[in-house]
Amino acid sequence: MAELSSQTPEKVVERSRLRVAIDSDFAWQFRKSPVAIVSAVVVTIMVLAAIFAPLIAPYDPFDPGSLNLMNGFSRPMTPNAFTQEVFWLGTDDQGRDVFSTILYGMRISLFVGAAAVLFAMVLGITLGLLAGYAGGWTETIIMRVADVQLTFPAILVAMLIFGIAKGITPVEYRDQMAIWVLIIAIGLSDWVQFARVVRGATLVEKNKEYVQAARLIGRGSGAIMLRHILPNVLSPVLVIATISLALAIIAEATLSFLGVGAPPTQPSLGTLIRIGQGFLFSGEWWILLFPALTLLTLALSVNLLGDWLRDALNPRLR
Amino acid sequence: MKEAVLSIRDLTVEIPTRHGILRPVDGVSYDIAPGEVLGVVGESGAGKSMAGNAVIGLLTPPAHIAGGEIVVNGQRIDQLTGEAMRRLRGKQIGMVFQDPLTSLNPLLRIGDQLTETMLAHLDISRTEAEERAVAALAEVGIPGAAERVNSYPHEFSGGMRQRVVIALALCAEPSLIIADEPTTALDVSVQAQIIALLKRLCRDRGTAIMLITHDMGVIAEAADRVAVMYAGRLAELGPVREVLMQPHHPYTAGLMGSTPLASRGKDRLHQIPGAMPRLDSLPGGCAFHPRCPRAAARCSSAPGPLITDGDGRAACWFPLDREGVA
Amino acid sequence: MTGMVSIRNLTRVFDVSKPWINRLVERRPKAWLTAVSDVSFEIEEKTVYALVGESGSGKSTIGKMLVGLLDPTDGSVEIRGTDLARETDAAKVDAVRRDIQMIFQDPFASLNPRWRVRDIIVEPVAARGGDTTGMAERLLEEVGLSARDAGKFPHEFSGGQRQRICIARALASGPKLIVCDEPTSALDVSVQAQVLNLMSDLKDQLGLTYLFISHDLTVVQHMADRIGVLYLGRLVEEAGPDALFENPRHPYTQMLLAAAPKLDDFGREVPPPTGEIPDPINPPPGCAYHPRCPLAEDICKKERPVMRTIEGTRVACHMAE
Repeated sequence: MAELSSQTPEKVVERSRLRVAIDSDFAWQFRKSPVAIVSAVVVTIMVLAAIFAPLIAPYDPFDPGSLNLMNGFSRPMTPNAFTQEVFWLGTDDQGRDVFSTILYGMRISLFVGAAAVLFAMVLGITLGLLAGYAGGWTETIIMRVADVQLTFPAILVAMLIFGIAKGITPVEYRDQMAIWVLIIAIGLSDWVQFARVVRGATLVEKNKEYVQAARLIGRGSGAIMLRHILPNVLSPVLVIATISLALAIIAEATLSFLGVGAPPTQPSLGTLIRIGQGFLFSGEWWILLFPALTLLTLALSVNLLGDWLRDALNPRLR
Repeated sequence: MKEAVLSIRDLTVEIPTRHGILRPVDGVSYDIAPGEVLGVVGESGAGKSMAGNAVIGLLTPPAHIAGGEIVVNGQRIDQLTGEAMRRLRGKQIGMVFQDPLTSLNPLLRIGDQLTETMLAHLDISRTEAEERAVAALAEVGIPGAAERVNSYPHEFSGGMRQRVVIALALCAEPSLIIADEPTTALDVSVQAQIIALLKRLCRDRGTAIMLITHDMGVIAEAADRVAVMYAGRLAELGPVREVLMQPHHPYTAGLMGSTPLASRGKDRLHQIPGAMPRLDSLPGGCAFHPRCPRAAARCSSAPGPLITDGDGRAACWFPLDREGVA
Repeated sequence: MTGMVSIRNLTRVFDVSKPWINRLVERRPKAWLTAVSDVSFEIEEKTVYALVGESGSGKSTIGKMLVGLLDPTDGSVEIRGTDLARETDAAKVDAVRRDIQMIFQDPFASLNPRWRVRDIIVEPVAARGGDTTGMAERLLEEVGLSARDAGKFPHEFSGGQRQRICIARALASGPKLIVCDEPTSALDVSVQAQVLNLMSDLKDQLGLTYLFISHDLTVVQHMADRIGVLYLGRLVEEAGPDALFENPRHPYTQMLLAAAPKLDDFGREVPPPTGEIPDPINPPPGCAYHPRCPLAEDICKKERPVMRTIEGTRVACHMAE
């Protein structure tokens, strides 16, 4: 009865996951979408630039020894009046190279954004799986907490957490703690949508027969949730994670702009924008404009990528 | 033979995909006469529903009619635009689908749905339409029709809902009804009721019915003639008794053999090896040849030639003769 | 022959009430649906016991209680003398559970789409820490697939092939009893024949016992050694296939048989059955079938008929003789 098998003998080798991925409809849809390709390229370049900032940046803006106050307020692409040095994107009041500060700032922004989304994701997936699979009171409590959380704007929640954390940390640690507090604050304001989506998908999956088959074997709830249900609820999570990343980067920038985020010693894009806006009316527009453009490009590309991902993974949502 | 209500000639439906063009319906021809039930039978992927959807202009893009013609009451309809097709649907062609809920608007009383449909297609007054709505519900066997016109679809059971859909399909007095798996979602006892209803309407009103189903039992019970489809092509067509009891095409014979029958007892079922091929990997020649016990070299080179026998025809290189022993 | 399964007065009630806030606003009491009501039967070892019935007859609920996916509200399921719902000895429960497996209706939902076929098939053994070397390959060949299929994912298979994979998984733990819940109703007729033949062969080779749940009378007749007919959660008749199909004693069974399409009875004109299955939340009093029954008399509306044995057929009907 071997003729029932659909495969011919020469194809005995199992197709690797990579091969399967390249041949998939998903990859095909990617190749067909110019928007997806462009935004993916932009995001990749920006992420690489952020990671390798110390290698790429022409100056180290945080090394006080290399700073020359004479270079302050250099215009972009114009030789400085005193030192004749040329800075692509100009310098700020202390002579720091704007291009370099943007690279380092992007590093902080991306790190905070990614870590916050990761935190929100782990929290949201765990609670969502638990709520969907266990049902009953567990579900009621988790989802009511989520509902309450949703009634507050994310920024407000983040500011609240930030404020509390600031109150309880000693002054000398504040700058070091700031980044981590930022991550937790943004993460906590963002887990709800992960939990909701995962709970919804879990409710669908847990009634499917493969889950019943696993229960029948005597698999425990933990194994069923992690090994059976989790892999099948991840695709919507991926979409939300991407779009959340854009939102988290903006949230971080907003908090930093309001002065409750990344400290000036570790400036993120938001911090740079806050600093830059002070010079706008005195004519030094580049200190504000270039960080702002970078933030816009980054958030927009990630968002477009997320939109495409949603369409590709879930055609019915279009 | 009387002038056919529906006449399909060499109908071909194509779906362009990244892997090439798929042909779910490939050169299919058949007629349905007034008052006749034509059963279209086949397994999943045979293209039977796709052919029905092509007739009523409900192909989901990118699927489209790529060739052949569809003639309803002497009028060619495969070239019609969306608006003209919409007018034709309901007026000349009624539809009954597997899931009655998709054919009914959940927010409208069923009486209103019936009246609206009639007013759109017939030249009658609203009062008359309302009277006819009650009559239509009574005709399809809904008890207390006069009161039930004011009910919403969810207030009916599955079988009653399917009756409402049939009333809706019939109310504009179309000459053709396309019923796509109308009883598949229903229980056996309700299925028997719906089949009896369809047959009675067909006989009383002279409506032609295209009955699409995978169930040989339903075909045997309801159809006058049957078209057996395989992988988008017509394998065999003819009067139901001859096709089912003395098939020419080995596929029809195989289908009949694999159906458990009371008279066969607990013997091993005859089985056709393999499964219906996927559209993107159709075997060349006769698509059935890899599963066919009678296949020879020429079966893989060209599709089976059409042989005719009385009112029947089959597409096969090595047809079974009427005595029907394989 | 010895008894494999013994089901006594099995009853299952579901709470189908609306959420409490709706009940409060609409002033409705709690609603209960009796899916299975006082059902008793035995399954002999190495036989096929079939449960037939239309939607809402409770046949799947009985299957789920038998394998332990649902707990009975009342009554008991004993498998080789062990009541899974009441037994407290974990080792004994585990030993019995290992003997029971299930095959589901929908071959597209019953295999985890993210797992390779190999992992799916050996899970029943791997979950208990057993040795699974070469097991998936051997089982795949046993169900008529190829050992090479072990590394593929479920979406690469057709419906019939997937059902074979489900059967392979069910066989992995070496069960004695397999509950088959509509195993072929999602399959095409030519593929259905393949799967039914395979199930018959495996039963003979491995000495399996099946509880075969189906709505399709012809399939049941083909497979079963003993058939139980369910209506609205009650067992109305139980007999061997010959007795049931040639001499049905319960009016509901007679109606079902008459309504089933006949392949060799063209253009049959029989009066179709009347009425529909009643609302299971408010079933008719007495015999649940009486509103549709041509033989019904006063007693049928008042007293629920008890199961009687007439010439080897068990039937629950006041009028049967």
